[in-house]
Amino acid sequence: MNENRDSNPTVAPIVWRGPEFLREVEARSGARVSACLQCHKCSTGCPVAREADLYPSQMMRMILLGQAEELLASSGIWLCASCEACTTRCPMAIDIAGVMDALRILAVERKAQLGDAHGHHFNRAFLASVRRHGRVFEMGMMTAYKLRTRDLFSDVDKAPKLLLKGKLPLVPKRSRSARKVREIFRRADADQEGKP
Amino acid sequence: MRYAFYPGCSMEATARDFGASTRAVLAALDVQIEEIPDWSCCGSTPAHRTNTALAVALPAFNLCKARDMGAPVMTACAACYSRLRAANHKLRSAATERERVGRILGASYDGSVPVHHLLDVLANHVGVEAIRRSVARPLAGLRVACYYGCLLSRPPEVVAFDDAEHPECMDQIVAALGASPVDWPYKTECCGAGLSITNPDVVCRLSHRILTMARQAGADCVTVACPLCQLNLDMRQADAVKRYGPLPATPVPFVTQLIGLALGLPPKELALGALMVPAGKLFSGVRA
Ligand code: SF4
Ligand code: SF4
Repeated sequence: MNENRDSNPTVAPIVWRGPEFLREVEARSGARVSACLQCHKCSTGCPVAREADLYPSQMMRMILLGQAEELLASSGIWLCASCEACTTRCPMAIDIAGVMDALRILAVERKAQLGDAHGHHFNRAFLASVRRHGRVFEMGMMTAYKLRTRDLFSDVDKAPKLLLKGKLPLVPKRSRSARKVREIFRRADADQEGKP
Repeated sequence: MRYAFYPGCSMEATARDFGASTRAVLAALDVQIEEIPDWSCCGSTPAHRTNTALAVALPAFNLCKARDMGAPVMTACAACYSRLRAANHKLRSAATERERVGRILGASYDGSVPVHHLLDVLANHVGVEAIRRSVARPLAGLRVACYYGCLLSRPPEVVAFDDAEHPECMDQIVAALGASPVDWPYKTECCGAGLSITNPDVVCRLSHRILTMARQAGADCVTVACPLCQLNLDMRQADAVKRYGPLPATPVPFVTQLIGLALGLPPKELALGALMVPAGKLFSGVRA
């Protein structure tokens, strides 16, 4: 393993752990992370940079350095709102938002200790609802999400308000394509698992 | 003008007002829409954050149905629009992607069905002039911040019916209604979108910034064309104000509700009562 320490003691040591992680992320996302020139434009425009533990440009650097473990445990990859500001503005045309998708998928696949599991539970609850009904059934999805996160009391005031406005149906509006959709899920899951 | 209409899940639930007003306005402007039969969810943000094959296959499933209808697709939801366009983009640019999705769907699709957002149809197909001519009750005196959010104009390789950083089409439509669009810098700032459930604190901070800026720019209301933006700015406004400081109550009507009012459609058809921050006062000056 290659250990190159930065001589500046106030900066975290720079450790290169080999090219495998970079290759994996580039293959998954189709983005050329190695072209990153650390201009930080992505971080400047990122709406959640303030709350995130890592800036997008730092994440790009960590991918180059192969720091998979630290990155896949970051909460920032889940805080990303997929707003595409970074992808739109990167001077090197790197699809950073696509890289974020690849990082989240890798974190789940490699069973990393997730820095923030809420996003993962939400995705699961949402997709389970689509898989079942062919469309999202908000009420069922929210119940499943709350059970998964054991966070039963946040936003309890919202459901009655939505109900009152007729914005929260009590029964699912199933798509007649639901069976076909389940088949799509099954094959897409198999496709993803077949990946190296 | 005839379109294969893809409503998307929220138009029947949290954004039923967007669904109702979209249908009413399109009918009034003689735009024919036919719902894609047995459409399914596009997978939204959770699909592309979880499984890249699924994120292309679900939109492709619906686009195949539209292909059989022989009409271009239109959707009013900014998130669905972004997912349908992103799937087309991927399918057009990579043979491996076409092959993979073909395997998953058991049908071949090459990404060729055109997908338009409602704003694109209104501004560029119907035309701002035609809308102006149809106005029965001009919204004179109403100052509006047009908020496009993140997914309507980004990234430009995928969407592209307006400028990515400084879109104008909604402003032009609002001006045609007789209202005054305000010049403001947060048209495409993100409201936190899909983080609404998982990170409401962040969404409140971002929504508060957007509402504050709209008010500073002199707007009476913020108009949107995305169900996620609307929910964040409207339903979470009370929480945002509680956490980040007072602001005058700012209604967040869908752009179709403003258009409908200006066309003289009855408020009931536009589901104006479904907004959380009441918009009634805004239109007290607008006379039939
Ligand atoms: S904008 Fe692009 S080149 Fe600049 S730091 Fe971010 S990823 Fe690197
Ligand atoms: S897509 Fe994610 S990382 Fe990129 S600017 Fe938006 S929130 Fe930040």
